[in-house]
Amino acid sequence: MAKKFMYMNTKAPYGTIYALESLEVVLIGAAFEQDVSLAFIGDGVYQLTKGQNTEGIGMKNFSPTYTALGDYDVNKIYVEKESLEERGLSLDDLQHLTWEDEDEDWAEKDSIRLVSRSELADVIDDQDVILSF
Amino acid sequence: MKLGIQINEGPYQHQSSDSAYQFAKAALAKGHEIFRVFFYHDGVNNGTRLAVPPQDDRNITQQWTELQKEHNLDLVVCIAAAQRRGLMDEDEAKRQGKDANNIAEGFRISGLGQLIEAGIECDRLVTFGA
Repeated sequence: MAKKFMYMNTKAPYGTIYALESLEVVLIGAAFEQDVSLAFIGDGVYQLTKGQNTEGIGMKNFSPTYTALGDYDVNKIYVEKESLEERGLSLDDLQHLTWEDEDEDWAEKDSIRLVSRSELADVIDDQDVILSF
Repeated sequence: MKLGIQINEGPYQHQSSDSAYQFAKAALAKGHEIFRVFFYHDGVNNGTRLAVPPQDDRNITQQWTELQKEHNLDLVVCIAAAQRRGLMDEDEAKRQGKDANNIAEGFRISGLGQLIEAGIECDRLVTFGA
């Protein structure tokens, strides 16, 4: 039986390597056909922002990879509302992440679920395995 | 209980490898099974045999090697993280055209799938660091 795996992303995309190496686990893990979800809290919400440009810091901009997650059947992406607000961000500042629902004639659906801190706590409570980065 | 352990930080700079080691020892003493210890991020640096810490301090890598011998632990270093950080075994050194390898006895290099498998197989996956 599939387990519920949650990848908890807590850090900004650059400055440390956690975000990039978290994404690498997610992509590999997608092959294992588990029930996968991602959560973005704290500075982790910056990972999903659109218009990232890393030219000035000489690092690879890996943010386009998030848009491919839907193709890997990773389509439950929880973003904590309070974390966005605390940083002056809203959903409009994030990349538009979608997936295609096989059961509904490949209808395009939003992957991002904006949840409150307490709602996210319930989602976390429901997981079997949490990998925190 | 069947336990998986994930270590995300390198030795000495962080306490996570020390804590994981103490946890592993205590869990084994209580009769729990340790399915796998997976080293990720800078945690891969716990697997180098070339570190020479001062004599009056603990040798973290050696501690893991000894615990591995005693309990036949599966100590897995993530290959993707290891390649970035210059940790390699003989095969990998050959493949990459490098003139040396540095992995310590008792450790092996493998893929991220081993971490996911630990999550699937274990009753608990316990993370240290990050």
